[in-house]
Amino acid sequence: MESVIEIQHLSKSFGNHEVLTDIDFSVQKGEVVCVIGSSGSGKSTLLRCINLLEKPSGGKIIYRGENILDDRHDIHSYRKKLGMVFQQFNLFNNHNVLNNCVVGQVKVLKRSKEEAEKTALKYLKVVGMDQYVNAKPKQLSGGQKQRVAIARALSMEPDVMLFDEPTSALDPEMVGEVLKVMKELAGTGLTMLIVTHEMEFAKEVSDRVVFMDKGVIAEEGAPEQIFNNPKEERTKEFLKRTLK
Amino acid sequence: MNLEWVITIISNNWPMFIRGAGMTLLISIVGTILGAIIGLLAGVIRTIPLPERKGKRIILKVVNILLSMYIEFFRGTPMIVQAMVIYYGSALAFGVNMDLLTAAIFIVSINTGAYMAEIVRGGVISIEKGQFEAAQAIGMNHIQTMWNVILPQVIRNILPATGNQFIINIKDTSVLNVIGVTELYFQTKSVAGNNFRYFESFFVACVLYFIMTYAVTLILRYFERKLDGPENYSMIGQPAQITLPKNNNNRQ
Repeated sequence: MESVIEIQHLSKSFGNHEVLTDIDFSVQKGEVVCVIGSSGSGKSTLLRCINLLEKPSGGKIIYRGENILDDRHDIHSYRKKLGMVFQQFNLFNNHNVLNNCVVGQVKVLKRSKEEAEKTALKYLKVVGMDQYVNAKPKQLSGGQKQRVAIARALSMEPDVMLFDEPTSALDPEMVGEVLKVMKELAGTGLTMLIVTHEMEFAKEVSDRVVFMDKGVIAEEGAPEQIFNNPKEERTKEFLKRTLK
Repeated sequence: MNLEWVITIISNNWPMFIRGAGMTLLISIVGTILGAIIGLLAGVIRTIPLPERKGKRIILKVVNILLSMYIEFFRGTPMIVQAMVIYYGSALAFGVNMDLLTAAIFIVSINTGAYMAEIVRGGVISIEKGQFEAAQAIGMNHIQTMWNVILPQVIRNILPATGNQFIINIKDTSVLNVIGVTELYFQTKSVAGNNFRYFESFFVACVLYFIMTYAVTLILRYFERKLDGPENYSMIGQPAQITLPKNNNNRQ
C-alpha cells in the first residue's frame, strides 16, 4: 500500500512541556484511522502538527516523498491537500453556507466561480446541507455547522481528511447526524484520520485504531484487536474507563 | 436669545455657513476615509505573526517599531498643536508650502489613522483563532486569510468605532481655524466678528454641527444593518411544498 502521509520521530513541546514524543506513524491511501486516548494525551496536537497549525519541534512529515518540514517547502500548497474539520466548526462567519465551500476553491485552487459552486453543491448534497446554501453560519445548529464544515473541506478535494474531535462540541442529539455523514464518507474510500472520543464509531468505521497515551503511541492495530484484545496495560485501563 | 437675530444672521450669511459646513464635511469625510485606510494597513501589519525567517522577522520588527512610534506620537499630542507644527513646520523646515486644504486633510487623516490603527488591531484580535486556523487549513496565505475571512468581519465590528471617529472629526476640524482653514468654526467667527452677535451666530453653527453628526450616525446605522444582511434565509428546493387543490369554479 502507498502511504499518503508518513510521520517520523515527530516531537512537539510547548515551552519545556513535551506533548508529543518520538511519534512514528503513517496513513495509507484509502485507510480510515481513528486516534483514541484520554484528554491531554496529545491526539489533537498530533493532528494539528500534521497540517502545521502547530509547528513540530522535531522529526519529519513525509508527503509525496518530500519532507514538508523543510524550510523551503511551501506549506500553503501542502495544506490545501489536507481537509481539516475542527471541533469548533470554524465556519467563516462572514460567508453563507455556499460561499464557505466556494471561497477556498476560488482563491486557493483558482477554480472558476461556476465550477467551484458546482463542486460545493455536490458536497453539500453529500452532507445533506444543499438546501441551506443561503444561510449564514450563525443561523445553523451545531450539527448543521459541522456538516457544512465537512463539505467545505471536501470541496477542496483533498488527499486526506483530518477530523479533530468533530462531535465533541455537539449536543448529544446532533452527534448522530455528523457520525452518519462520516460513516458514509468512510465507505467511499476516502482517506480519513479521525481523533475521536466516540468508541463505538471508531470500532465500526476504522481500518486501524491508534491509542495514544502521554504523548506517545501506546498501541495500534485493527479495531477488533484494540477493543477486544488489547495487549498494553494502559490500553486496557483506558478502555475499561471509557466503555464501562 | 433673540430669534429675529438668528433669522437675520442666517438670511444675511447663509452662503458663508454653507461653505463652512461644506468645508468641514469635505475635510472630515476625506480625512476619515484616508485615516481608515491608514489605520487598516497599520492595524493589519501590526497583527502579522512574526515570521520564521530571520530577515523577514527583522524587517517586520522595524516596521512595527516605526508604526507604534507614529501611533503613540499622534495619539499623544493635540491636533491643534500638530496643525501648527505641520503647517508652519513644513514651510520652515522643508520649504514646502502646503495649500491649506491639503494640510487640513493631511492632519486629519494622519490623526485618524493613528486612532484607527488601534481600533483595527483590537478588531483583529477579537476575531476567534478558529477563523484564522480554518482559513490556513484550506491553504490560504496570510493576505488571502485577511482579505477573504478576517477583514470583512473586522470591518463590520469596527464600524461603530469608525462612526465615532467620523463624528469626532466633524467636530474637531474646528481646531483647524488656527491655521486659517475656512471651515464652519472659522466662518462663524467671521460672521460674528461682523455683527457682534456671538451667541446667535454660534447657535447657528451649533445646529449645523449637530445636523452633520446626526446625519452621519443615521447613515452608518443604515450601513450596519445592510452589512448584517437579512435575519432569515430561504431554503432552496424544499421538497415538501403544499399545493392547494385547484378550484374548478375558475372554469368559465
